[in-house]
Amino acid sequence: MTVEIWTYIFVGLTFALYLGVGWWSRVRESSGFFVAGRGVPAVANGMATASDWMSAASFMGMAGLISFMGSDGSMFLMGWTGGYVLLALLLAPYLRKFGKYTVPDFIGDRYYSTSARLVAVVCAIFVSITYVAGQMQGVGIVFSRFLGVSVNAGVVIGMFVVAFFAVLGGMKGITWTQVVQYMVLIMAYMIPAFALAFLLTGNPIPQLALPFSDIASRLDGLSTELGFDAYTQPFAGGRNKLDVLFITISLMVGTAGLPHVIVRFYTTKTVKAARASAFWALIFIAILYTTAPALAMMARYNFLDKINGMPHAVEQQPDWARKWAEADLLAFEDKNGDGIVQYVAGDANEVTNFNRDIVVLAAPEVTGLPDWVVALVAAGALAAALSTASGLLLVISSAVAHDVYFRMLNPVAPEKTRVLVGRIMVLVGVLVAGYFGINPPGYVAETVALAFGFAAASFFPAILLGIFSTRTNREGAIAGMLSGLGFVLLYIVLVKSETMGKVFGISTIGIGTVGMAINFAVTFIVSRLTAPPPADVQELVLSIRAMEDPVHPDHVKETDRDEALEEL
Amino acid sequence: MSETQQTPEAPRPETVESPLTRRDQEYWRANLKLILALLAVWAFVSFVCSILLIEVLNKISLGGVPFGFWMAQQGSIYVFVVLIGVYVLGMRRLERKYGVPSAPQGGQG
Repeated sequence: MTVEIWTYIFVGLTFALYLGVGWWSRVRESSGFFVAGRGVPAVANGMATASDWMSAASFMGMAGLISFMGSDGSMFLMGWTGGYVLLALLLAPYLRKFGKYTVPDFIGDRYYSTSARLVAVVCAIFVSITYVAGQMQGVGIVFSRFLGVSVNAGVVIGMFVVAFFAVLGGMKGITWTQVVQYMVLIMAYMIPAFALAFLLTGNPIPQLALPFSDIASRLDGLSTELGFDAYTQPFAGGRNKLDVLFITISLMVGTAGLPHVIVRFYTTKTVKAARASAFWALIFIAILYTTAPALAMMARYNFLDKINGMPHAVEQQPDWARKWAEADLLAFEDKNGDGIVQYVAGDANEVTNFNRDIVVLAAPEVTGLPDWVVALVAAGALAAALSTASGLLLVISSAVAHDVYFRMLNPVAPEKTRVLVGRIMVLVGVLVAGYFGINPPGYVAETVALAFGFAAASFFPAILLGIFSTRTNREGAIAGMLSGLGFVLLYIVLVKSETMGKVFGISTIGIGTVGMAINFAVTFIVSRLTAPPPADVQELVLSIRAMEDPVHPDHVKETDRDEALEEL
Repeated sequence: MSETQQTPEAPRPETVESPLTRRDQEYWRANLKLILALLAVWAFVSFVCSILLIEVLNKISLGGVPFGFWMAQQGSIYVFVVLIGVYVLGMRRLERKYGVPSAPQGGQG
């Protein structure tokens, strides 16, 4: 059987599975649609959070990125995992206790302000749409590379599958499909990594192969021999220490402030379960995130070793090199005319194009694994993209259906209408995402990275102070969010348009850290210069600090209140 | 669409009397202490060990790699997992200590 047939079988089977799970977990009521009925067990929620979090970029792109950055790639590894410590300790349990449906819900109620809610809705939708467009593009790319289907047809197939389980099952359908998608994506990531680790170091466990073998010193030796910086050398790629520090902080804080991650903690039964699911989520994420640096290192060694000294004549090159060159992801040029590829630093480098996605996607072929593993990697990449896309679609849907329609326009909307509006908004979200997947605006890749800066500079301080400081008021929060966001936007525009050089070498991804600091300072000062929040809001904030009542967890009262509202 | 969701005349006192019982207040203080201690470890491991002092730690080696490099790429992630684990267990202990009876099976959710 060919790779293509295997891929059709794997992708077909996994898609059928997702559709089946979606049908099985379809819902009718709004708490099922928006927060999965608050009945998701901690381990399952951890798994769903992990696959929600790990996107097409984590699966296909991250190891490749680290492979080329060496030591400095750590900022992505630490940034995208360390944020969970902030989330687990500072946000998730309290937001769950507050017992709302969405992030704008918290902002709007805590800051007793429709404007604050609206600012949060706009931020949530903006962040989610840029993100989801990237996922749809990822789906299209996988389809075109592995199945020979056009990118556009791939996007349409992906849209159909996501729409099916998200429209029917809402958060409940999404959660249980994400659990299945996690299992698919982690298998697809680990099997080639095990094989590569065993082949290169004799130790099949990538987590152990990185420190307990000579691969690092072999790679450092080979890199310096070819004129590159040693792989383990920090701050080699031209970034200074301050920039690396700020980028790491910005990614961590941004992770904790992203609405599609936060909302996952609303789905658990109790506050205790919300804490436990943060723990499980990070375990499931850490399995991939501790494999990635090992994979990056081994792949770097493998490619340097195999490509340097390879003949230029296409018919003498190995199959994988030919295949990826045909896909325009790899290109060679015989600059000195000796017929041999020189993979070295500087102008003499004869590898003129090396797409970083190859590091993960080509790992099974380069290692000589059977065809079905190649197909499994394709299914895994699709699982990663679809699971993240569905989580984001729900954020878009709930921001409009719950925050704008129910809370602002029609607070007496019956249950049925709320769910119907939610379903329609998922469909609209799918169409918008599909449109951007097919016609990607040039800035998508950049904005996804910048989304972290925005989340760090806007949501995180507003939520954190909203929980821990009773004195923080509406005026402070709005001024803080706007000045944080405004500062980040201004810096990015000035630096990108080259009106201004980078200040202290801080890059546009790292500036979120400064934006966050500004937000904190402005919120603090403005809050103290204006009237304190109303007494009932202060009491509400204080009541979140109480221990959870195990007999009547808050959501029971919450549901009662919602039902009472409906009877009005 | 009105700006405030409360009536505009809602009282806005500088502070309010805490609705929490004394036990709840003690629980909250213990909770804050636990969070601060764990965050101190978090900041030390990620910012100090893996970025600010990475060159110094790279002089030590762990197995076949420089220690600072390993800390930044894998070690810190293990520490993050342990930190959240300690927090989950620590909060369970606090809840037992400050007297929440164990949750009934099945609940009402």
